[in-house]
Amino acid sequence: MAGETHGVGSGGSEAALTHGGHEAHVEPHASNRTYIAIALVLGVITALEVMVFYVEALARVLVPILLVMSAAKFVLVVGFYMHLKYDTNLRGLFFGPLAIATAIIVAMMALYGYFL
Amino acid sequence: MERTSTGVPNEKMLMWTFIGSECMLFASLIATFLVYRDQSIVGPYEEELLNIPFITVTTFVLLMSSLMMVLALSAVQRGDPRGSRLFLLLTAILGLIFLGGQFYEFNHFVHEGLGLSRNLFAGTFYLTTGFHGAHVAVGVIWLLTLWTLALRGRLGPEKAVTVEVAGLYWHFVDVVWIVLFTVIYLMSGATGA
Repeated sequence: MAGETHGVGSGGSEAALTHGGHEAHVEPHASNRTYIAIALVLGVITALEVMVFYVEALARVLVPILLVMSAAKFVLVVGFYMHLKYDTNLRGLFFGPLAIATAIIVAMMALYGYFL
Repeated sequence: MERTSTGVPNEKMLMWTFIGSECMLFASLIATFLVYRDQSIVGPYEEELLNIPFITVTTFVLLMSSLMMVLALSAVQRGDPRGSRLFLLLTAILGLIFLGGQFYEFNHFVHEGLGLSRNLFAGTFYLTTGFHGAHVAVGVIWLLTLWTLALRGRLGPEKAVTVEVAGLYWHFVDVVWIVLFTVIYLMSGATGA
């Protein structure tokens, strides 16, 4: 495994050709070392989540703590493993539907009195 | 390199669009689960059944499968056939271990009396986690197909976008599980508290 090998976006080229012949520059992806470091962080956050679950003193703030930690894992995977940190022109395609998805969850919960 | 009006390969654009629609599908499933949480009037109830240590292990397995997937893509991009084969196979194996864990969990729940239509928890739990499991199963088949191509020497750097698209799907499945693990399993500690 080449620890410092950099993958690149859109099939091995740092510049994807657009229809008009312009080059849409894509930043190089992270190195393998970064990917492994992120996996370690994901593992540590998961362990912390489970630890928090068993701490009775934190029961009242369990949900917000879990949501923050879950969001951190979500951002790490989407940003680095799915390369959205580098593929900036694809962000809208994901975060638009994600915003609708979040609104669906909140609206359904509100409609059924979950927050009452 | 193909020419597209966006500068993004079409199959990658297609996968991101698909992932966007999947976000809304899983959002509706999660919302349904939350709405009906603690509404069951007959047992067994979730707090009696959910095995947090066991599911933490399977969650860790799925997280590590994402690492294997991104390493597989990296190997394909730099033209390393041995690494491509190894990491694709490891990703598929970890996916299969996760599916085995889910099968064990479902089987255990059924033996504890939680049939599919036993109560509201059963219906929403099996629907949501079952849908996710079906996605993992599709991903494993896809990965094994790519592994077969790699074995035949037909997965060189020119196929990097194909592997990247499969990787996007696999990581999305992982991301969905990150949310489900928190909402279904860990937040059960907050309900009824």
